[in-house]
Amino acid sequence: MSRVPGAAYLLAMLVVAFSIFGSGFATVPNILNIGVQSSVLLLLALPMTLIIMSEGLDLSMGAVLSLAGVVLAMTLTKEYRLVTALLAAVGVGLAFGVANGLLVVTLGLPPFVATLGTLGIAQGLALVLSGGQSVVGIGDALPALYARQPLGVPFAIWIAAIAFIVFGLAYRYTRLGSYVSALGGNREALALAGVRANLYHVAVYALGGAMAGFAALLLTGRMSAGHPTAAIGLEFDAIAAVIVGGTSFERGKGSLGGTLVGVLTIGVLKNGLNVLEVSSSLQVASIGVLVIVALVLDSIVQSLAHRRRSVRTA
Amino acid sequence: MKTLAYRLVAVAAIGIALTFATDVFLTSANLLNVLRQASLTFLIASGLTLTILTAGLDLSVGANVGLSACLAATVMKSTDSIALGVVTGLGFGALVGVLNGLMVTLLRLPPFIATYGMLWTLNGVTYWFMGGETIHGFAPGFRSLGTGYWHGVPIPVYVMAAFLAVGGVFTRYTTFGQEVYAIGANREAARLSGVPVRARLNLVYLLSGAMAGLAAIVYLARLNSAEADIGEPLTLPAIAAVLIGGTSLFGGVGSLTGTLVGALTLTLVVNGMNLLAVDANWQPLVTGVIVILAVLIDVMTRQRAEARA
Repeated sequence: MSRVPGAAYLLAMLVVAFSIFGSGFATVPNILNIGVQSSVLLLLALPMTLIIMSEGLDLSMGAVLSLAGVVLAMTLTKEYRLVTALLAAVGVGLAFGVANGLLVVTLGLPPFVATLGTLGIAQGLALVLSGGQSVVGIGDALPALYARQPLGVPFAIWIAAIAFIVFGLAYRYTRLGSYVSALGGNREALALAGVRANLYHVAVYALGGAMAGFAALLLTGRMSAGHPTAAIGLEFDAIAAVIVGGTSFERGKGSLGGTLVGVLTIGVLKNGLNVLEVSSSLQVASIGVLVIVALVLDSIVQSLAHRRRSVRTA
Repeated sequence: MKTLAYRLVAVAAIGIALTFATDVFLTSANLLNVLRQASLTFLIASGLTLTILTAGLDLSVGANVGLSACLAATVMKSTDSIALGVVTGLGFGALVGVLNGLMVTLLRLPPFIATYGMLWTLNGVTYWFMGGETIHGFAPGFRSLGTGYWHGVPIPVYVMAAFLAVGGVFTRYTTFGQEVYAIGANREAARLSGVPVRARLNLVYLLSGAMAGLAAIVYLARLNSAEADIGEPLTLPAIAAVLIGGTSLFGGVGSLTGTLVGALTLTLVVNGMNLLAVDANWQPLVTGVIVILAVLIDVMTRQRAEARA
């Protein structure tokens, strides 16, 4: 049974509250705006869901995305084609993802420290490559693509929607999808069934890196430049979205639908606070509080469920 | 102990290499500068060491230093009282530690995610509170805490030595210290043998927060200014110092002396890069590589010990 994530109620309450108190919140342009603002986050949060389901974590995603943005922009300034530049960005992301996977799975390093290390490496590389400056002069191809609105819907939302559908199908119909939650909680069973668990586990991290690289397309398109610290801390929003969406760090439980709700909750919260003219730094703090509240609610629900089960068996 | 000796050899090797590679390294001004910088890193990393000894983690130390320093600076400026500023910094740091402790013990959140949430919450509040302002220019009496000398040695080195001595005695020779190691080695066994696990963990996180508050005060006195972003670059080096110092992420193994050696190693590397005129943009990359290597050694040591057992 797929339970409705608690965040769905939270999202509904936020929408109602902001519609009442914030004039200009419930308008079509603003809603499309929330979608556009949430699209990069969704691209990170989808693979982050799978990583957290496998009882892991990837703190390097924001820094890898920034690095990929710098690489994408630099390739474009050298007048390569957009496809080539995107391949370079995804390639860099993939390399970091594979490195994370090897460190965590093959060498057995705790994921939060291993990816904190690769965070530093990616951030350092982005700063060194760009000299700490924005990479500008990326030509017209990417900004023109980013500005397209097929059927009246912005390009970024199309990409995010396609990514969500592809992840949903892959989760349901591929082996990776069926093994991912067992990677964390029930590895023994996978190994006994003859599944090459390590391979799939590395693949989950590789996917995270590749998606961070791919997200550079939208981030760089939006800014028309590559900036070495553009996405620092975005991994926290992604982790927040996953947790708020009901995926838990232990037990390998969760859902991509929940993560979508989590991403939208964060998007609505940020946008609504913007409309209410709350400073962007307090928005960061509010997401920190949101995560802690979501974790506390989750642990209360778990302990209630546990108590109910034990009463029933008694 | 033997591993600590290896680490000291590594420190010496870096020192000798830098002596030959640069003219400035082996001057008393530079060495005292290295010691002062290492003392600051040690202060931030010392409380963190305790949390890691219990198989926990405090990712919020850097952000805690940032907000504690900004609050202390504001209070000091508006009241003209050094004492009130210091109490504010220490008190706020400790308060953050208490909240971290409660999240870990009362709400049973995994320490890395609870303190990671705290990191971003503190960062957001700091930027909001400062609103892009810089507070600078403190009383000379206060500044000497960070920049002053006594018998030719920087004051922060004495602060570091005092806390190393007190902390060393506490962790090695008191029941509290034994209990910290016991919780990290095997929490369930510690609980069954009567260790008040929750109370000890609360105290450990409080100490981690309070040490961040203390580091904030010394840092503020050294920089003579407070800005919203001063805490941000401190977290990764602090974690690196603990890990290089041989404290295991899996809990129960390590020492404050090790963390001092770790802080010295890291400071020497950064100092060497500065002296060799390496672009400062390389620093996060190098620190990242060092963190990964340190954890790798930790994991391999553990695996070898398990294979032997």
